[in-house]
Amino acid sequence: MILTQFLILSAVLLALGVYGLLSRRNAVTVLLSVELMLAAVNINLVAFEAFWRSSIAAGQIFAIFVITVAAAEVGIGLAIILLIFRNRAEGNVDELDLMKW
Amino acid sequence: MTFSEWLAEPVNWAFLALALPCVLAAVRVVTSRNVVHAALFLVLTLAASAGLFILLSAEFAAWVLVLVYIGAVVVLFLFGIMITRAPLGREGGLSHSARWPAALAALAVLGLTLALILSASEVAGWNEPLPAVGARTDTGVLGEAFINRFLIPFEAVGFILLAALIGGITLARKDRTPDEEREEESV
Repeated sequence: MILTQFLILSAVLLALGVYGLLSRRNAVTVLLSVELMLAAVNINLVAFEAFWRSSIAAGQIFAIFVITVAAAEVGIGLAIILLIFRNRAEGNVDELDLMKW
Repeated sequence: MTFSEWLAEPVNWAFLALALPCVLAAVRVVTSRNVVHAALFLVLTLAASAGLFILLSAEFAAWVLVLVYIGAVVVLFLFGIMITRAPLGREGGLSHSARWPAALAALAVLGLTLALILSASEVAGWNEPLPAVGARTDTGVLGEAFINRFLIPFEAVGFILLAALIGGITLARKDRTPDEEREEESV
């Protein structure tokens, strides 16, 4: 195994996440696309850790930090979506023009 | 290293067996017309990437991914889908009608990153065999790094989780209107 194959895989996942982020209207599916991009980042971090072999496994630790922060982000994001849905009965990001000038 | 040499290594077959389902499931995550299917395809993507972590001898990170993501985050997503009554079934309307600008941006990102990776790989030695394959990461090393070198980020992440917990509860709970409060007091 070489490092390049993991980097290419994670670049493909990142591009798919970008596509989903821009093309989806439903707020929950937008969050799903963000998770896809974070998964790509995690693969990158762990692959570079296997490449460098630092004595403190820094790449894996950063991947675990990313997973933790992503969990917090999903919790808050879904709470906000829930709140918006309860108040305005819609869950599409292009209909939320409340803060648009 | 040519492609046939690369294919001759058995571990690369394992890589392909994980990477192809990973990418195909990711495609379905962003194109599926059904929200529940999209969330379940995300499970497949994450499970495959956990398998890749194990190939890279990062067992602890792999199980954290399985526990936190597949165990908690996806369940949270499914709750979110059920509660917000996001369009279930084949109703469409999950994506914008004009998708080509998004596809263009994604292709630009892909082209740029691939060009960077491929141009840097020779110089940086990324085409050499990975040294870590077959080795194991001692989980004790991770634990020690968490409480020594990364103590402050570790505490900060704990604080973020607490803030997210409180914020999630505050955002999602239903505020009572003044009328309801008066009613409760009179009871």
